[in-house]
Amino acid sequence: MTETTTPKRGVPLWAQITIWVFLAGLLVLVGVTLGKRQQGTVQPGDAIPDFTLPLFSGYEYEGKSEVKLSDFRGRVVVLNFWASWCKPCEQEAAELEEAWLFYEPSGEVMFLGADYVDTEPEARSYLKKFSITYPNGPDMGTKISQMFRIRGVPETYFIDQNGALYYVKVGPFTSVNEIKTLVEQKLP
Amino acid sequence: MKKFLFILTLTLVLAGLFTATTVFAQGGVTDDEVNAIAKQLYCPVCENTPLDVCPTEACRQWRELIRLQLSEGMTEAQIKQYFVDNYGARVLAEPPRTGLHWLIYILPPIFILGGAFILFNSFRAWTKPQSVEAGTGGESGAASSSPERDEYVARFEEELKKRK
Repeated sequence: MTETTTPKRGVPLWAQITIWVFLAGLLVLVGVTLGKRQQGTVQPGDAIPDFTLPLFSGYEYEGKSEVKLSDFRGRVVVLNFWASWCKPCEQEAAELEEAWLFYEPSGEVMFLGADYVDTEPEARSYLKKFSITYPNGPDMGTKISQMFRIRGVPETYFIDQNGALYYVKVGPFTSVNEIKTLVEQKLP
Repeated sequence: MKKFLFILTLTLVLAGLFTATTVFAQGGVTDDEVNAIAKQLYCPVCENTPLDVCPTEACRQWRELIRLQLSEGMTEAQIKQYFVDNYGARVLAEPPRTGLHWLIYILPPIFILGGAFILFNSFRAWTKPQSVEAGTGGESGAASSSPERDEYVARFEEELKKRK
């Protein structure tokens, strides 16, 4: 006596493969996104990719309405993220300007201000209030802050003459000397 | 009666004055008009809090900017585009239908349909044996519970006993 069994009709192999590939891709996407979120800020030693900072009218640099990081290769760059609504930013605004005025004549150091998630009228009032003169501009589309993966403001990034990050200051500076000490780590 | 009319008139005049002062002080743009746009936006600083109810200084500034833009005659679409240009697409409550954002719109229906398909198949598989017992058909199910099958099993076991 022989018994015949009818094969079960299941999901076709191509459909199974497609579903599994799709699910794996989705998991990778979620993993990468979560990984990026957990990464924290860029780390000292990391080479900073080039970026363009548009400048507020009145805060241009040598007549240019936007600057690139690569424009300052060979100089120490102090990149400060700030916002007019940020109270701790006010604590360091005068110190940053004082440090800029100190280093500006030498041409060895460049200060840049990136205004984070702010409105232009309020940003301008802030710059005027603290008599800031170094190039400042909005972080359009929050692209630069996302590249640095900032966690808030104020945060300041010290970039050496070769375009590599060498120090990250989270929170406001407490004195001009603190800024000078950090800048001079990379000055001859 | 005169006293009542006087109080009523005074109240109406004061209410009218208050409303007019509020509206004109803000360039003719009401809070409702500002909030109608603000509720469609999220400030990146205060994640998960719509702009219209966000209490932070940054959000207050954004609302004031919306008010200013409305008073300058900008449309809702222009204002939203301004915020996207300045702060990125993540400020929108409803993500744009471009690039990877499409996944947000495509995945949920796919998962729901997939889940429904799996559930449907599972329920169908569970209900099949019951219908066979009730004599409604189904050949493969019948093979395991029919009298012929029982007879075969009985004979098979008898043969096994004989061989021991």
